[in-house]
This record gives sequence, C-alpha cells and structure tokens, in this order.
Amino acid sequence: MFYRKNIAALGILMLTGMLSGSLWANSEPVPAAAPAAAKSSASTADHSKFKELQKKFGSGPEVTKACLTCHTEASTQVHKSKHWTWEYLNPQSGQRLGKKNVINNFCTAVPSNYEFCTACHAGYGWKDQNFDFTSQENVDCLVCHESTGTYRKLPGLAGHPPYKDMEFPAKSGKIVKAPDLAAVAQSVGKPGRNNCGACHFYGGGGDAVKHGDLDSSLSMPSRYLDVHMDKDGLNFACSTCHKTTGHEVSGSRYAPTASDDAPGSHMRGKAEKNPATCQACHGTTPHKIAKLNSHADKIACQTCHIPEYARGNKPTKMWWDWSTAGKMDENGKPFKLKDSGGHDAYDSKKGDFRYESNVIPEYVWFNGNVHYTLRETKLDPSQIVKINSFEGSADDGRSKIWPVKVFRGKQPYDVGNDQLLVFHTYGNDDSAYWSNFDWDKALDFGMKSIGAEYSGKFGFVQTEMSWPITHMVAPKGDALRCAQCHAPSVGVGRLDNVPGVYLPGRHGNVWLNRIGWTLALLCLIGVLVHGGIRIIAARKGAAK
Amino acid sequence: MSEKIYAFKIFERIWHWSQAFLIISLLLTGFEVHGSYKLFGYESAVDLHTTMAWTLVGLWVFAIFWHITTGEWKQYIPTMQKVDAMIKYYAFGIFSHTPHPFRATQLKKHNPLQRLAYLGVMLFIGPLIWFTGWFYIFYDKWTAWGWDQYLSLEWVAFFHTVAAFMMLAFLIVHVYLTTAGHTPTSHIKAMITGWEEVD
Repeated sequence: MFYRKNIAALGILMLTGMLSGSLWANSEPVPAAAPAAAKSSASTADHSKFKELQKKFGSGPEVTKACLTCHTEASTQVHKSKHWTWEYLNPQSGQRLGKKNVINNFCTAVPSNYEFCTACHAGYGWKDQNFDFTSQENVDCLVCHESTGTYRKLPGLAGHPPYKDMEFPAKSGKIVKAPDLAAVAQSVGKPGRNNCGACHFYGGGGDAVKHGDLDSSLSMPSRYLDVHMDKDGLNFACSTCHKTTGHEVSGSRYAPTASDDAPGSHMRGKAEKNPATCQACHGTTPHKIAKLNSHADKIACQTCHIPEYARGNKPTKMWWDWSTAGKMDENGKPFKLKDSGGHDAYDSKKGDFRYESNVIPEYVWFNGNVHYTLRETKLDPSQIVKINSFEGSADDGRSKIWPVKVFRGKQPYDVGNDQLLVFHTYGNDDSAYWSNFDWDKALDFGMKSIGAEYSGKFGFVQTEMSWPITHMVAPKGDALRCAQCHAPSVGVGRLDNVPGVYLPGRHGNVWLNRIGWTLALLCLIGVLVHGGIRIIAARKGAAK
Repeated sequence: MSEKIYAFKIFERIWHWSQAFLIISLLLTGFEVHGSYKLFGYESAVDLHTTMAWTLVGLWVFAIFWHITTGEWKQYIPTMQKVDAMIKYYAFGIFSHTPHPFRATQLKKHNPLQRLAYLGVMLFIGPLIWFTGWFYIFYDKWTAWGWDQYLSLEWVAFFHTVAAFMMLAFLIVHVYLTTAGHTPTSHIKAMITGWEEVD
C-alpha cells in the first residue's frame, strides 16, 4: 500500500536515472497533488519493486499465482475463512449457515445464481455448484488488498473483474474499464476501508441497502458519522477493530458477541476472545459517570452510542416486497419507479421497495444466539416468518439490549411444503426471473438446482430479518440521553417495546401513583380545613 | 410572661434544617425521576437525587451518633400516655383555646404524637427508603452479589415510591403542625433559636 499506484513505476525508474538520482537522494516527499500521496505505509515491502509483479497479467488467477510465490500459505489460510467458504457451522445451534446456505429476504439465495452473487466471493470462477474450493490460484487476493480503487468485480462474471472494457449494467451505456492488473497487483497492502467496503457497503444489491450501518459514506467518514473511522481523526480501518490473524477476520453476525465481560481482548496475547467488541478496547466501565457504567451490564454500548443508523446520507432499504414483481408497462416492458429521494420504489424485476435514512433502530434482548429459518425449516405462513431471530431475555443473565435493523418484506414460499424457496434470478436462460418474469420457471429451476423438493405451488409470505447495529458509532455528544428511554410515559421511549425491564420515569405503578397522590391531596385538604377552622375560631374568640 | 425552655441544641437545629432541605429536594427530584413531572430534566434530577441521598445518609450517620452519645434517643421512646388527649386536643380543643395537654420540658420535648410520628419516620419510612434506595443505586451489582434472585427493580421502585409518598404526607402534616404550638410560630422559632415558649 505504498504511495505509488500505477504503471508509472517503470517510468519513474527511468526518470530517476535521467535526473541523476538527485530527486530521490533528498528523499523529497511525493507531491501532494498525487492522489495516493497522502497515504504512507509502514510496510517493509514495496510491491511495485517485485519482479514477480512486473509483467502483464491476463487474469486474476495469474496474479494470485504470482502472489503465492512469496505468500506460500495465503491461499490455504483463505480457504478456511468464511470469505472463501461462504459457509459457517454454528456450534451453538448446529445450523449450517453462511451465504451459501442461508435464504435471506433481499435477493434471497445464492444457489442457481452463483455467477451473479459471487461478484462478492473472495475467489474466481464460482459459477455453479461444482466450484473447486481447493484451488489455490482461484483465491482473489486483489479484492481485499489492492489500493488503486480500479479493481472491480462485476455481477455475472463469477467473481472475475472485467478483463476488457464492458458495458455495465447491460444496456446502460455505462462502461466499466478493465483494470490494469499489473498496476493493481503492485498496489497491494493491508486492506483499507474501501476494500472491505467493496462488498460490505454494497450488500443486498446496492449502496447501503443491506446493513444500514455499513455503506459507502464510511469510505471517508466524518467524525459525526463514525468517531473511530473519522478521516480527520482516528481514521480507523475496518481491520483496526476486526483484528485479523491468518486471514481469519474477527467479528461475526452469525455468532455475534452480545455481551463481552472480558475487557482487554484487543491486547496482545489476549486474542482468544473476540477483539472486535467495544469492550475489547474500552473495557466494561468506560464512563466517568458511575450511573452510565451501571447501565452497561444490561445495555449494549451500541444502544446508546449508535442512536440512529444510515446516518451518512445513504438511505438503507427497509422493505422489499417480491410479490409485486413482474408488472409491465403499457409497452409490455419491465419498468422502474423512483421515490422522492431518487431511489427505486418499484422495479419489475424485484417488486416494491422502501428506503429510509437516519433510522431509529428497534431494540431487543440478545444473548448472542441467532436462530435461522433455513430452507428446510417448516414455517407457519399465517405468521410473519423470522428469517433469523435473536435469542435473549431480561433474566437469562447474559443478554443485553441491542439495537437492530429489522428488514421486512415478502418472498416466495412453497405452499405445499411450508418452506422457503430458492429461485433463479439471474442467467442467460429461459428460467431466470430477471429475464423472463415467470415465477414458476424461476422457482422450478432454483429448487431443482439444489435438488430439493418443490410442491409446484407457491405463495408469498411476509418475512423479517434482524441485523445487529454496531457500526456508525457517534461521538459521545451525540449518544442517546437518559430521557430518550426514561422520559415520562407521554410520548415515545426508545425501549417501550423491550419486555422485562423496569424503566424509572416510565413504568411507575399506576395504582400506587393514584393512591399516593390522593393521600397527599387528602393531607393537604385536611390541614387546610383544620387551619381554616382554627383561623375562624381565633377570629370569633378575638371578637368576643 | 411566658416560660421558655432550651429545646433544640445547635446540632439538632442544623440537622433538622439541612434534613428538611434535603428531604424536600429529594422529593422534588425523586418524583421527577419517577416520571411525575419535568423540572430539572431527567439527567440532572437523577444526579441531584443521588448526590443528595448520599448527603442525607452522611447526615444520618452523624445524627445517629449524636443521639446515642447524648442519650437524646430517649426522646423518641414511644408512649401511649396522653395520646388520646393529644388527638382530642387536635380534633377539638385547639379550636377553642383549650390548654395544650402536653407541656414540653428539656427531658420530654416531644408530645406523645410527635414521638410516635418521628419514631415512625425514623424506624419505618427511613429504613424503607434507605434500603430500597441502596438497592436502586447498586442495581448493576445485583447479579455479581447474587441479589438478583431475590430482588426485582419493579418492586424496589414500588416500595421506594411508597416510602416517598408517606414522606410527602408526613411533610405536609408536619409543616402544618408546626403552627400548632403554644402560639402559631412558637415551634418554628424554637427550631430556629433553640428556645421554645411552653406556657
């Protein structure tokens, strides 16, 4: 991640010769005008000087082979990570999770749509279920480590970047340039915010869509948006908190750490705990005010310190109704409608959407256990189906109140089997929904591709999925104030829907209040009457 | 010429008035924290309430020490003697200038109703409010100390509020009865100067 960033490396070498080395002998700083000049690196390796990278690369895997000549164990490390396997076996619930297995309520499912979805796979060539997960050269080093910002993997290319300029999206007239792989390879370094962001900011099919607390505004955030990532302040990278060892990135929303009572796990030699929690650096009593520390056993840090999500002027998607997809305009063509903010409100391919900015989270008790409705899980279509549910309660001794984004929508389910369905969205064939708008074909194809039984009858069921809110941490001055939860019972309190918690100021006993104030009032009336009679009696006495 | 006794020593008077200030402030802030109205703002109310609560605890430590070492605690030994007379006096006699049935002395400066009321405040309302208040303050330690299996914040808050209402009722009646001495101001003067007119 050194300041050089392009194919000028060779030219610079030649220039250096011509200038008799005087420029470099003085170690002049690189002119500030160069966009990447502000970056400096403590790295002892300048990859632009590596012979292995000074050649023309025809494809991503060729670059990876070059990387592996020095970083011999890199691919086998990546092979064990979720970024590669897209699979996670939850040891607590026994459920087999990960992108490969979970059905969500955004684009719903990866199977039968690999070429499209694997634009965000840290690998090359995952185009169907026969992908070779043991291939070392198919690991994509660049997407996480390059720093030019020119390397972009496009949906439909099965994890590859375009190797020649191509129009994307199709028929949009926009051209995505093929990256110069040599320059990209020479730019590598530790992952920056934009590396992680290339996928994690754009989850769910666009900027800010999925998480609500992760979007491209975190690329160069202000202090207000994120006190740790503040570009003019602490300027944290994602990996500053998500400390990574051997390509195993810490922190997980499949098995989150809901309650961390072991502060200091970010210290050297204490890596056995999740180092990505707030407590890992801040401990369990970070406030100067004791009353705030005393809340920390029941309230997650995020609850007060992330008062709203989608705070970076990028609205996040809150609702996706697949059941309305497939409408055509008067010419029989698919169409889109925009909302007042210029975001898609309707798309024939996808249905109805709703976006929101500066969203107040919902709050739940959470102990770290998450249960998923998987494809094989039987569901009750008369109820709202929880794609995942956060386990926790006021009295299990290990739950805290957490902020969550609850993403709601409607999606297809198997009426005959009461199960969620996998469907084929993307592909150049006669079954992909986005090309043909035929649910029967898309569902049939999707379910066949995973070898699962499908009754042939589908309906739409309302679903909701919870996302823990943990990024976009506000400066302390913007944290929640006491009254936002405790204010008197008129109006809205943040924790009104959280069961099992007594909030002074909000939950006083109604009958006690009635009896208490009546007693006080009776006492007052009693002494006033008593006093009044005394005054009258005194006057009469004086008059005598 | 009326007779005077030295009823309240300097410590008692300081104790009384700082306690009066603290209790009124604690009621004001406490009922705001309880959600009854908005006055100082929730955060300030909590801060003030907590600080003044600890201050009052400190004051009570001194007061208990003083009462034990001076033997003044005996002033609060309850008696049923003349209680009926006192009630009769407040209900009827006071309106017709009937002489007060109790004559204060330095050894017996409280009338029997006062003794009972103050003893009730100190032995019932006081402990109830202190213990529920401490449970409140140390809420976050319940789990660590193993108290969470016996306590619920809802009930702690309930009894804390019960005690607060009782204190409020006491305060109203107590303030009024300060005017029911030998003259309407003799009790109040006594608590300021220490000297009480008794006849």
